[in-house]
Amino acid sequence: MKRENTVDTVETAPLIGHGQTYGTITDKITADVLERKTPRGMLVGLAIAFVLTMVLFISIGWLMIKGVGIWGINIPVAWGFAIINLVWWIGIGHAGTLISAILLLLNQHWRNSINRFAEAMTLFAVGCAALFPLLHLGRPWVFYWIIPLPDTMALWPQFRSPLTWDVFAITTYFTVSFMFWFVGLVPDLATMRDTAKKKWMKIVYGVLAMGWRGSARHWHRYEMAYLLLAGLATPLVISVHSVISFDFSVSVLPGWHATIFPPYFVAGAIYSGFAMVLCLVIPVRKVYGLQDFVTDRHMDYMAKVMLATGLIVAYGYAMEAFFAWYSGNEFEKYMMFNRTQGPYGFIYWGLLLTNIAIPQLLWIGRIRKNMVWLFLISITINIGMWLERFVIVVTSLHRDFLPSSWDMYYPTIWDWATYIGTIGLFLCLMFLFIRLMPMISIFELRQLLPWRGK
Amino acid sequence: MAEFSGPEQVLEAARQAYAKGYRQMDAYSPFPVDGLAEAIGFRRTRLPLFVLVGGIVGALSGFFLQYYAAVISYPLNVGGRPFNSWPSFIPITFEATVLLAALCAVVGMLMRNGLPRPYHPVFNVQRFERVTRDKFFLCIEATDPLFDEKKTLKFLESLSPANVTTVDP
Repeated sequence: MKRENTVDTVETAPLIGHGQTYGTITDKITADVLERKTPRGMLVGLAIAFVLTMVLFISIGWLMIKGVGIWGINIPVAWGFAIINLVWWIGIGHAGTLISAILLLLNQHWRNSINRFAEAMTLFAVGCAALFPLLHLGRPWVFYWIIPLPDTMALWPQFRSPLTWDVFAITTYFTVSFMFWFVGLVPDLATMRDTAKKKWMKIVYGVLAMGWRGSARHWHRYEMAYLLLAGLATPLVISVHSVISFDFSVSVLPGWHATIFPPYFVAGAIYSGFAMVLCLVIPVRKVYGLQDFVTDRHMDYMAKVMLATGLIVAYGYAMEAFFAWYSGNEFEKYMMFNRTQGPYGFIYWGLLLTNIAIPQLLWIGRIRKNMVWLFLISITINIGMWLERFVIVVTSLHRDFLPSSWDMYYPTIWDWATYIGTIGLFLCLMFLFIRLMPMISIFELRQLLPWRGK
Repeated sequence: MAEFSGPEQVLEAARQAYAKGYRQMDAYSPFPVDGLAEAIGFRRTRLPLFVLVGGIVGALSGFFLQYYAAVISYPLNVGGRPFNSWPSFIPITFEATVLLAALCAVVGMLMRNGLPRPYHPVFNVQRFERVTRDKFFLCIEATDPLFDEKKTLKFLESLSPANVTTVDP
């Protein structure tokens, strides 16, 4: 009985705190950027993130000098951390598009207070992801060979290869995410322009706002364009992670060659992305006191989305194991045996623990409302999703058909430095975004306030 | 130009102005107000058509790029398989479709809206700054055939606005 009551209050709780008006919403969110002194915790965080970014630059520099030999990759495990991290980062990015596009099409108004934040996350995560295949090229400075440009060598990229599809999918995804994010920002940049006191701020925000003046005709076309973009971004986001999964499933390696890969990758991407959104939103909401806009109800919804996608991922693992057995193929069967009991077996069990077992705590309503628990579970899921990619990339590659070609993969310090460096870069960009831009969509929050005739 | 403090008022005012016969007018609001564009006589936008054309051009050019490379410019015989292996061209065709359609949506929206536009007469009104905060405005433009400085001012005042101002060009 008591439990039903709590569910009821969550469902009926308003998406915006009581007593907020058009003016107070605007003042609060713009003041966080324009007036408020940077919180000390943010400066410390930015400093740490900046140091890690420098670690990234150093490892990229060393990579340019020495080549990919500084990483632990070799034959047979030629992919290693670079591809694990690519898939991990891209997956994280997907939650932003899901929140901003798919939930817009489904008329889920609660998205309005987290979409800006999640879109920025998408943009930075996709940027980090795109670094890895570029660095993994070996000679990153000739990256333009993978773009179809007329050149004197008269060569074309191999359009039948999923790796070329990746180039198109990721660049399209980045471009569309950027446009979606920027178009969403324009009216709020106009608000910043009109609220800013200092002249140079007015000029900077004014240039970015492009003379937006809130005309009814403009709004009409704006909403149409935004809706169309959402409609285009929705199949796009699904296609991007499907294409990423083709990198694996189009090959004939046991553990990769599976038809379940595209849907299971997309679900995993959304799963890890929501975990990352929660990881970021929980501390930011606390530091900036945004409980009126990002309410407990939002947290509850996001936790539920995580739970649902987590179950789809669990189904994916179960099917992988089932078909390894059901196929009767000795290589498939050995792949599963090697995953669970081979030298990397502990990673597989760690994955089941962090990705499947621990997130089941989210069934309990009290845990969904406890921010500390939610934060810890989100971190666990992020780790779990990284382990999943490790299992897929490394355990499938290191023992394929011929035992004579088996070998082990051990990441080196440079693998770790590059990986942790991108986390630093990501956090650095996130901190700067929070400091310089309205992190919550102001005009979409205004729409959440009720008015007569609606 | 008349100022209102709520979406209901500006919507009502726009309807009355339209009924009165004014056509060259614009309404301004801090967020999209359902029905406001229709109330000032804006029927529909051709943006979806533009996006559709963008998508079709993207699909055709994306596919043709691959067809040209694989069949015309650099045919590569891989065990006698067809040069035009269209199923493996689909992912890139799809990405090109989305990319061009999305670009058309954004560029089309900005172009049709006449943005970027650094200067507009309405910015001369000091109070207009609050259009991006919490105020709503209805502006009847001097190009309207029915426009008469005194009569229009009087009409706007009859709509019980919070404030009425004339906009310098």
